[in-house]
Amino acid sequence: MPIISVRDLVVEYEGRRILNKLNLDIEAGETMVLLGGSGSGKSTLLRQIIGLERPKSGSVIVKAVDITSCSLSELKKIRHSIGVAFQSAALFNSLTVEENVALPLREHTSLAPSIIDLMVWMKLAVVGLADFGKLQPQALSGGMKKRGAVARALSLDPEILVLDEPSAGLDPIVAAELDELILLLKQTFQMTVIVVTHEMASAFRIADRIAMLHQGSFRLVGTKEEIKASQDPRVRQFLDRVPEDLANQTIVSTFFQKYLEKKEVFQ
Amino acid sequence: MASVVESVGKRTIENLDYVGSLNIQFWSTLRAMKSALPLVGNRHRWQATVRQVLEIGYKALPMVSLMALCTGFILAMQGATELRRFGAQGFVIDLVVIAFTREMGPLLTATAVSARSGSAFAAEIGTMKVSEELDSLQVMALEPIDFVLAPKYLAALISVPCLSIVCSLFGILAGGLFMFFSARLSLLVYFRSVMESIAVRDVITGLIKSLAFATIIAHVSCLEGFRVHGGPDSVGRSTTSAVVKSTFFVIVADAIFTAIFYSTGVR
Repeated sequence: MPIISVRDLVVEYEGRRILNKLNLDIEAGETMVLLGGSGSGKSTLLRQIIGLERPKSGSVIVKAVDITSCSLSELKKIRHSIGVAFQSAALFNSLTVEENVALPLREHTSLAPSIIDLMVWMKLAVVGLADFGKLQPQALSGGMKKRGAVARALSLDPEILVLDEPSAGLDPIVAAELDELILLLKQTFQMTVIVVTHEMASAFRIADRIAMLHQGSFRLVGTKEEIKASQDPRVRQFLDRVPEDLANQTIVSTFFQKYLEKKEVFQ
Repeated sequence: MASVVESVGKRTIENLDYVGSLNIQFWSTLRAMKSALPLVGNRHRWQATVRQVLEIGYKALPMVSLMALCTGFILAMQGATELRRFGAQGFVIDLVVIAFTREMGPLLTATAVSARSGSAFAAEIGTMKVSEELDSLQVMALEPIDFVLAPKYLAALISVPCLSIVCSLFGILAGGLFMFFSARLSLLVYFRSVMESIAVRDVITGLIKSLAFATIIAHVSCLEGFRVHGGPDSVGRSTTSAVVKSTFFVIVADAIFTAIFYSTGVR
């Protein structure tokens, strides 16, 4: 039985359809990469999976609980088993890195402060930030902030780790380090990992399976090899980095002509 | 005509939505307040409340006392100019005492707190929203109302009445200084007259008002922060809106309270 199951998921913002009847199963222990271009709906899907938004229709079943219709207390229980690292890291600037990681432990457990300190140090050590716990998030580099966010996401030892664009805005070396960290975490903690990204190299390094999104629908869900061998034109365009024909001369001149016609009407 | 009706309808729905949101937020905060209390609540939340008391109350002391001194002088000078014509300069003491305990103390304090802390609440929460910190609270199964708003509201309920008392004391002191310099009335005699003029019911109505003002400032400002959409420009707009709306609602509430106290004979 899949740990996460998305069924006929439809999401609309102000009448505009963002996700169109999506179906996806994520098995326990696998690394699923949600791949797609900007505006393809991958972050929206992620927000549905972590229960931050409710869909127009369809369901998201996490550990046998439909989080689109469950009570708030059930949702909170499910959230204890999900760790999320956001694209912007979203560490609390008013707290030190250590306090950020300790926050879920302080709020949801009755552990002694000394035990919490030890656990925080362990989580920070796993992501390579053991010496930076006393710093404020503002004092960290982009890559370190993201690792801090991963440490906080790991603090309650979740079964599911969700990472939103972990390598966005990072240089290739730091991005590769984060990829290795994700692989290490999966190997060490045997957790289910969901990663949203548009970085091909990163996706092929860490994924067990890849779900390719385009305009709110899955073009293909499969293993790395299946994605690489796909002949779907959209998948190929993404893999081969073929640009859209937005700057086509005919299209530009048509737009310009329409603009001029509008101007004449106003005059 | 249809567009006018449509626009009126839209504004009405927006206003109802705003009032509804304020209402829901208020009751949710009341439920969450227990966690921010000392001894029975969460230790970290109470620490946050104490920090907020220092921010809202202690740090506003110089500003509020200076405003009260200036306003006290103005009131005493303006009052003395008119009352001298009737040979009733002694009534300046009653004027200053009654005006400050009933009206000026709570109102001046509310204006200062709205400008200082209301804007800070909206900016802080708005920034947390933009930087996904509120989302990260939710995915950690923590409610932003419990974590962010409850300590602020409790701190406002403690700080605003205290500041209001300080404001009244400084306003009355300003009246004393004026009487000393203009009529050579000793401060001892002045304060003896003040004690005769002060009515317990005036102090109580002033405190009731300041509790209501604290509620308005905390909730309106925090709601503006929670309603931030988009980028940093939206945070700026919400900050302005928080100050404008909370000051406006404070004055409306003051008028309502004064009308109620007047009609019931409490004054």
